[in-house]
Amino acid sequence: MAVAATGHVTGPGDAATPGPAGPDPAVAAGPAGRAPYGLLAPGLLWLAAFFVAPIAVLFVTSLMVPVPGGDIGQFQPALDVGNYAQAVVEYWQIFLRSFWYGLLATVFALLVGYPLAYVIAVRARGRPTLQQFMLVLVIAPFFTSFIVRTLAWRQILADEGPVVGVLQALYLLPPDGRLTATSIAVVAGLTYNFLPFMILPIYAALGRLDLRLVEAGQDLYASPFTTFLRVTWPLSLPGVVAGTLLTFIPASADYVNATLLGNPGTRMIGNVIDAQFFNVVDYPLASALSFVLMAAIVVLVAAYVRRAGTEDLV
Amino acid sequence: MSVAEPSAGPSPGPAPAAGGADLHLEALTKRFGAMTAVDAIDLTVPAGSFFALLGPSGCGKTTTLRMVAGLEEPTAGTIRIGGADVTGTPPHRRPVNTVFQSYALFPHLSVIDNVAFGLRRRGRPKAREEAMAALELVELAHCAGRRPGQLSGGQQQRVAPARAVVNRPAVLLLDEPLGALDLKLRRQMQVELKGIQHEVGLTFVHVTHDQEEAMTMADTVAVMNGGRIEQLGPPAELYERPRTAFVANFLGQSNLVPGYATPTVGGALEVRLDAGAEQLLTAPRERAGGLSGRVLVGVRPEKVYLVPGDGSAPTDEEVPAGVNVLGPGKVVDVSFAGVSTQYLVDVPGLVTQTVFSQNLDQARVRPGDLVRLAWARQHTFVLPGDQDLSAGRAED
Repeated sequence: MAVAATGHVTGPGDAATPGPAGPDPAVAAGPAGRAPYGLLAPGLLWLAAFFVAPIAVLFVTSLMVPVPGGDIGQFQPALDVGNYAQAVVEYWQIFLRSFWYGLLATVFALLVGYPLAYVIAVRARGRPTLQQFMLVLVIAPFFTSFIVRTLAWRQILADEGPVVGVLQALYLLPPDGRLTATSIAVVAGLTYNFLPFMILPIYAALGRLDLRLVEAGQDLYASPFTTFLRVTWPLSLPGVVAGTLLTFIPASADYVNATLLGNPGTRMIGNVIDAQFFNVVDYPLASALSFVLMAAIVVLVAAYVRRAGTEDLV
Repeated sequence: MSVAEPSAGPSPGPAPAAGGADLHLEALTKRFGAMTAVDAIDLTVPAGSFFALLGPSGCGKTTTLRMVAGLEEPTAGTIRIGGADVTGTPPHRRPVNTVFQSYALFPHLSVIDNVAFGLRRRGRPKAREEAMAALELVELAHCAGRRPGQLSGGQQQRVAPARAVVNRPAVLLLDEPLGALDLKLRRQMQVELKGIQHEVGLTFVHVTHDQEEAMTMADTVAVMNGGRIEQLGPPAELYERPRTAFVANFLGQSNLVPGYATPTVGGALEVRLDAGAEQLLTAPRERAGGLSGRVLVGVRPEKVYLVPGDGSAPTDEEVPAGVNVLGPGKVVDVSFAGVSTQYLVDVPGLVTQTVFSQNLDQARVRPGDLVRLAWARQHTFVLPGDQDLSAGRAED
């Protein structure tokens, strides 16, 4: 994704940009030569320094073994795949839980986000002030820190808080029931925190929806629901795919929500990696866990995008 | 439910109509806030006819069409199709299909799926085969698997009517579907659409601002202006005998001159022009429309001959019987247009008069020449005199 973004910076427009009106027309008219690559350089350097190099270091680390007789945190280069075996065998349940929570958060974010995006993009179309107001409401939470917002959720879901009180009054929660330190709270936090990433791409896709196509659907005997299913939904799929990816990937790798809203039984893989790096100080295992997580996400996302039909994306 | 009849199943859509149905509009009105887009129009479109709603942009023709389709809710009035009141029926339950101005083809579906869309919604068992037949009708069978985005503009233009016609709607609505085409392609599509209409025998309602297109294609033309129908009839009748200045100017061109009309003993109308009291125009009784007093006298430019003269008004002896003469005037512009030449003639006291003359012989008239305008009296028409004589003129 970072690569794609960098590529945009030096699009064809830059290549066509003629140099200063020099006296040599051949230079001005000809291909811009190396200039576009020069413009790519900052992005490439950035990626090399902060993406490629750390990944390489991480990979090398993931194959290391402890120095025999050494201190905690001392490792030497090796080609030990045992770290990977340990990562999978020992933590596969936590991987599964992470993806399950990520999936739940994605589904809930879609259920909440799609109608919101639809209202902003379609119902409020032609009323730019209202649209902007609603978009600000979607983005406004970003003005405060992720951690602070998650801590706020802890207050909202606290045992003495209004949500628990109401649920208990409605007998939806037993009198001794609670929400904080439960998987419900973790998934709710994940859903909330990544909701804007779901709404914005769907909003963008629905903003481009030609409403005359919706009229054409109704004109061709499709009820409003069928028209949504056959016309609106497929045409918004690029936004849905982008939104679900932007929600699922960070949500399943998240550890803040599980830390602040969960309990030891709701640990996610991010918590494990965090602990392995900073508490256990087992860098090779933590690195191997990171790689397994990346690989698993790549596989899941690739399968998903394939199924969703990539040809209409972008 | 008979066995032989292929049933449409438990579909929400209406059954396909066998050859179109009548369309009745009664006092149909649409207001947007304080603006009245369609002003209580009454209209009957007989089954199987090709009907054109003609008018300038903003005259309410598209709003009328959208109300028939169910895409716009009328403020007042009734819409009946084949006798059934559909005023409150949602669009997907109306036996009506629209060919949209923008085509509105579904970009995410192949051409064949676009055409089969309506059939599938009604649960037709052979949707694909029927859609294929419709594509063959517009000679696009070879494009069935492509997406609309992969077709040329002209091909998309043909998919749009196929997608509508295939459903055999009781009424087919055409919302300026040819507007975006270049002239040659437009002529070709006009012929094709007319052919389709003959073949399937549906009721077509065609909205257009192109008067030539309306006259070429439609059996009946309704000229709309300001949310009302100005005049309705077969194209030739509208053209030969317009009843308002708007129709006279919007449908083709007209030379209109104001005057005061007095009936003669024979029933013909003698009109003394405001400009130059010595000029007298005569309209035969059957073209006088029962009018007298203040009137506008009109004639179509192609009916008028230029008579070179010396600038003096003609004497009675010079004018043959049955001919109206106007002038003298000065030719101010001559423009050659292939089949004909257009002359603009300034007659003192009148608006510039237009004359089309077929290029049968060498043009002997040049700008600056003094001429008189002559035409057969039976080509004269008379309109009520209380109108703006430039209403409906193309603003160019």
